[in-house]
Amino acid sequence: MTLHQQWVAFLTIVTKEVRRFLRIWPQTLLPPAITMTLYFVIFGNLVGSRIGEMGGFDYMQYIVPGLIMMSVIQNSYGNVVSSFFSTKFQHSIEEMLVSPMSPFVILSGFVVGGMVRGIMVGGIVTTVSLFFTDLDVQHAWITLLVVAMTSALFALGGFINAIFANNFDDISIIPNFILTPLTYLGGVFYSLDLLSEFWRTVTLVNPIVYMVNAFRYGVLGVSDVNVYASLAAIFAFTVVFFLLALWLLRRGTGIRG
Amino acid sequence: MSALTLRNLTKTYANGVEALKGIDLTVERGDFFALLGPNGAGKSTTIGIVSSLVNKTGGEVTILGHSLDQERELAKQKIGVVPQEFNFSQFEKVFDIVVTQAGFYGIPAPLARQRAEKYLRKLGLWDKRKNQARSLSGGMKRRLMIARALVHEPELLILDEPTAGVDIELRRSMWDFLIGLNNEGRTIILTTHYLEEAESLCRRIAIIDHGRIVENTDMKSLLEKLQVETFILDLARPVDHAPELPGFDVHLRDAGTLEVAVPKTQSLNQLFVALAEQNFEVMSMRNKANRLEELFVRLVKQNLPEQNPQRENAS
Repeated sequence: MTLHQQWVAFLTIVTKEVRRFLRIWPQTLLPPAITMTLYFVIFGNLVGSRIGEMGGFDYMQYIVPGLIMMSVIQNSYGNVVSSFFSTKFQHSIEEMLVSPMSPFVILSGFVVGGMVRGIMVGGIVTTVSLFFTDLDVQHAWITLLVVAMTSALFALGGFINAIFANNFDDISIIPNFILTPLTYLGGVFYSLDLLSEFWRTVTLVNPIVYMVNAFRYGVLGVSDVNVYASLAAIFAFTVVFFLLALWLLRRGTGIRG
Repeated sequence: MSALTLRNLTKTYANGVEALKGIDLTVERGDFFALLGPNGAGKSTTIGIVSSLVNKTGGEVTILGHSLDQERELAKQKIGVVPQEFNFSQFEKVFDIVVTQAGFYGIPAPLARQRAEKYLRKLGLWDKRKNQARSLSGGMKRRLMIARALVHEPELLILDEPTAGVDIELRRSMWDFLIGLNNEGRTIILTTHYLEEAESLCRRIAIIDHGRIVENTDMKSLLEKLQVETFILDLARPVDHAPELPGFDVHLRDAGTLEVAVPKTQSLNQLFVALAEQNFEVMSMRNKANRLEELFVRLVKQNLPEQNPQRENAS
């Protein structure tokens, strides 16, 4: 395939993915808006007013970046894991496998599709948050970079999960039992300074801590961890996940007889 | 240059089932080729490997001069596949499914839409273009898969049981459509369980059984191998016994129907003369089974002693 043909094929997958999640918007775009509104009302307004300041900001302002990041992570992951597993389940993956598209193009198309949903939901949550608090973004480029890399990383995670999944239970185990706990324990709702030395050290093993804090640094200008080390770690994980997913796709793991 | 060449193609599945045991096959350009075999013989595995849906264990696949190992993209550009099972997203619209498939081949959207319209019209699906695929009937879904396989205008079209579950009228119209495609110069390979379909459409035929090609010849030569043909004769008057006809094997099916096995060495004239001499008046006659079917059953029966209990798992 020429470069132009590969570009057309890539855009075809991205368009298909975006069309899919827009078609089912009550399942994909509406729930995060409602859930996050509840978070803002309950944790931000009702509970937050009693907590007072955290990290030099009022509690509502402090949790907004974490909640935006949580939406991006969950939706990037969720989009790719459900979409790619559905193509396996319905055998429509065969449409791609018989075509001359390279595994690189297929993977990139799905990942960008997941990123679009993650970033779109992130945008919706940000808009909702503006009804509750003011946001004055401190480092716009870092903010955008962290969102782009994190959504890519979790879209890749969703892809790898879908490759190994054999049934619908397999695509809910990781989001429910690994991703959600790691996100909640990743400093979305609290500063790591509140933890004892032991639990702070344990928490630093959680990769989501770095994403939430790097994003919080971009928006508020404060972070519990070194931002540049966070960016490097997210980038390294993204590259490793991409290469792993590409290798699995080339081998045909879970999709070819 | 041949349309498809398979050299010593082998496939052993992870569970140890040896689905293909060294297939050698050549399909010439412009041919209309039938690949037949009982369930589990290795047809779908062969098609799966050629269409890149199944990883081969060994051997070589060449599509219109391009090796599937060395020139994968070029080889894949040349081939269109209509699988046995419906394999499109049931929630997508008919038009979108075809246009998207064109996109996977790098065809820009304006041309993709033009081609989608062309093939959906040809296959009688244009009125359904805005419907979700799940709302189509079984026959329409099969035609949708044909339109989708043609949208990048492949030179080689492979159809795995294209008329399964399709009513007679529609089957005939699909035959006409496929004959038209073949007349335009496309090579067509099909698998089918309707042997009448293979006999009517295909010029060459290969029979695969237990992962091996047991016959590969042109249709005429194959049918000439049929040593005995069985006919059903409807009699004018009921009888209580089958006549004794030297050289023919005759059975009474019911009071008004005879079943006669006619060896290739005997003519039908001899049969009718012998019947007339014994006052048997024949009102009509028909083949007991399609000729190809009769031959197919015999060829497959010859292989029965080797039968593998895991056969059903092999496809």
